[in-house]
Amino acid sequence: MSDNPQTSLLLSLLAVFAPLSLVTIGGGQSAIADINRQVVDVHQWMSQAQFVDAFAISRMAPGPGSLLVTLIGWQVAGFWGAVVATMAIFGPTTFLIYAVAHIWSRKGGERWKRALEAGLRPVAAGMILAAGYVLLQAMDGGWFARAIAFASTATLLLTKVNPLLLIGAGVTVFIGLHALGLV
Amino acid sequence: MATAETLNMSEPEAPSAPSYSQLFWIFTRIALTSFGGGLSGWLLREFVQNRKWMTQEEFLNGLSISQALPGVNVKNMAVWIGYRLLGWRGAAIGFVGIIVPPAIVIVLLGTLFSSLSHYPLTHVALMGAAAAAVGLSLSMGITAARAVPRNAVPLAIMAATFIAVALLHWPLFWVVLTAGFVSVAYAYARAG
Repeated sequence: MSDNPQTSLLLSLLAVFAPLSLVTIGGGQSAIADINRQVVDVHQWMSQAQFVDAFAISRMAPGPGSLLVTLIGWQVAGFWGAVVATMAIFGPTTFLIYAVAHIWSRKGGERWKRALEAGLRPVAAGMILAAGYVLLQAMDGGWFARAIAFASTATLLLTKVNPLLLIGAGVTVFIGLHALGLV
Repeated sequence: MATAETLNMSEPEAPSAPSYSQLFWIFTRIALTSFGGGLSGWLLREFVQNRKWMTQEEFLNGLSISQALPGVNVKNMAVWIGYRLLGWRGAAIGFVGIIVPPAIVIVLLGTLFSSLSHYPLTHVALMGAAAAAVGLSLSMGITAARAVPRNAVPLAIMAATFIAVALLHWPLFWVVLTAGFVSVAYAYARAG
């Protein structure tokens, strides 16, 4: 596409991640397997071990998990790689939700809007519960971690506590369990 | 009951909308303090329960649409909330606030990771943080499930979606398309 290798690398990042952004229904996690295939097998930008490390970092880091592609862009092509990969994975769908939010704020089509709101609600609830279930399964730390997750769920439903306090409590409990040799 | 109603009457319904910098700061703070996912749970707490800038009804409508459209849910939700509260500037602030600060952090973390991973306690602390953070996802799921009408069809669709995604690991795209189509068609027929 271009004589400049850096430019053609950036264009490849865009070509890989922009289409992937449009299939990330229900959140970024659904695209991870495909990102892995593209980055490691198809383009060989990273080894499988490098990809797994990047994935682990993206799970520890705050913010949306899809920032994994920002890290990949950074490692593959530096600053502009990070910028291009980030815009490619988040950009296209941002225009989509913006357009929908805009249409929603207009008058008209009330029956359709109400049908969409009422109709999508059980689907969304099922997906969020499924995401919680999958996270619960994928978590390290066995039954101690599950007990903390359930206690945290109950506390959030029953009180107005700041979630950061709960996360601090989770950290404290785990360091305590570690000191006792239990995890 | 009567007292509560009187209280509600005497207070203004919607508190003033946030300023641009307030909105940016909230999204940034949520993005930077959310470990292990569950960002939507933070957004619900902040915008609905603590600041009362939107109703739970409005929030859950936006969340359903954010889930059904492609794109990272929390980013969709940030754009949705930003747009509802402050128009296109709010949407832009939502996008930048929820993406850019954690993008910088992940690059820094990636650079520092080799030195961090030497300490076993880092991993232990992160396990504890992640366990507590899963509670945010679960409580969000329970809040969303409670808002589903207590009728056979919506409850069956919710259960079927859960089973298809969590237990059968079917591709989300087809699950959302099928369950969404059936569910919206049913709601449309009932709305008439």
